[in-house]
Amino acid sequence: MCTVCGCGAGEVMIGRPSGAAQRKKAPTTGWKMASVEAAHDHAHEPVEPHAPASDHAGHMHFGHGPAHAHAPGLSQHEMVRIEQDILGKNDRFADTNRQWLAGRGIFALNLVSSPGSGKTTLLCKTIEILSSRVAVAVIEGDQQTEFDAERIRATGAPALQINTGKGCHLDAAMVGQALPRMALIDNSLLLIENVGNLVCPSAFDLGEAHKVVILSVTEGEDKPLKYPDMFAAADVMLLNKTDLLPHLSFDADKAVEFALRVNPRLKVFRVSATTGEGFDGWLAWIESGLSAAAANGQQKNHEENTLAAGY
Amino acid sequence: MHEMSLAEGIRSIVEDAAIAQGFTKVNAVVLEVGALSSVEIEALRFCFEVVMKGSVAEGARMEVDTIAGTGWCLPCAKTVAIDYLYDPCPHCGSYQVQATGGTEMRVKALDVETAPRGV
Repeated sequence: MCTVCGCGAGEVMIGRPSGAAQRKKAPTTGWKMASVEAAHDHAHEPVEPHAPASDHAGHMHFGHGPAHAHAPGLSQHEMVRIEQDILGKNDRFADTNRQWLAGRGIFALNLVSSPGSGKTTLLCKTIEILSSRVAVAVIEGDQQTEFDAERIRATGAPALQINTGKGCHLDAAMVGQALPRMALIDNSLLLIENVGNLVCPSAFDLGEAHKVVILSVTEGEDKPLKYPDMFAAADVMLLNKTDLLPHLSFDADKAVEFALRVNPRLKVFRVSATTGEGFDGWLAWIESGLSAAAANGQQKNHEENTLAAGY
Repeated sequence: MHEMSLAEGIRSIVEDAAIAQGFTKVNAVVLEVGALSSVEIEALRFCFEVVMKGSVAEGARMEVDTIAGTGWCLPCAKTVAIDYLYDPCPHCGSYQVQATGGTEMRVKALDVETAPRGV
């Protein structure tokens, strides 16, 4: 990466024909070219220093422009301090969703994985077992089609499909629009199946209680290291399709070890959505989340009532 | 390609600031990006150029200040430097390291041109 402007190779690594990709040293290790000047083969506009010349009321003024540009008729250069999260808007929508859900005691999970990990089958199985005990609703995210929502509806649970078009992830504004249309029941379970993509949905908070990442044993056990952002963002990992393990060379312990390297707090359940194997732990975890959400919702409502009554 | 959404987020922040502060042209957008954040700078740079078209920041430079990654090592009970989410603790070699810093994606500042005064 260019040490002057930050442009350059980023994290992109391209393999060599003869063998392994060269892992670029991270920018944080203070990697510098031997001679920045000599290696600097692209032009830069003159850049003003980032340090402010004067700083008041959130404004940083930089020399009032070249050649004392505060003279009448000349435009001025100014450095304006912004300090805002790029995803700040999404995060505000997510907070609104989280409050909306909390007020109703709804326990919401955001299920993320690569395409083909068995998310929808896993949801169907979860609903099949849980629906006698608790109301379950589903938001389905896919680029196109309503196929997954139809599969969910076949279980008897209400499902709303969000098609993201060309989008690669659900965002909090989409979910915020979906929530009031769903006639969700208080103290219920909301499962949000994100777009099948192990990269982009990691950055977008939807207002869920937890992200649940699903990795299936038909994928590589090194996926947590290849796509670490998602495993870092999740609180729970479901290692799915374990019924297929006898037929595969997949090393389940290694996969879990890799996932824990990325995120030591990750809670792991090994499950098979086809046979129901390992579902006890997963369902018990959901039920404890449901109880906590319901208790929290009750307390919130009590506080609001107390406030409204003027105590 | 969530970098497209990130670029749209940047545009929205820049446009809000332009309305609030009355500037009409942005020469540079200074970002603060953590080494452990889920943004690929090169992809963002590409999207930035496309998304800023037609805004006050059309043609603006995108400058990036990288924030070093840090994590909390449970065995050492202290903050350590890490370059990747799956890095072991540089002191004890344990993987019990939870990322704590270097995950930010922020618009830090804008180099703007304000309208001529006087005349």
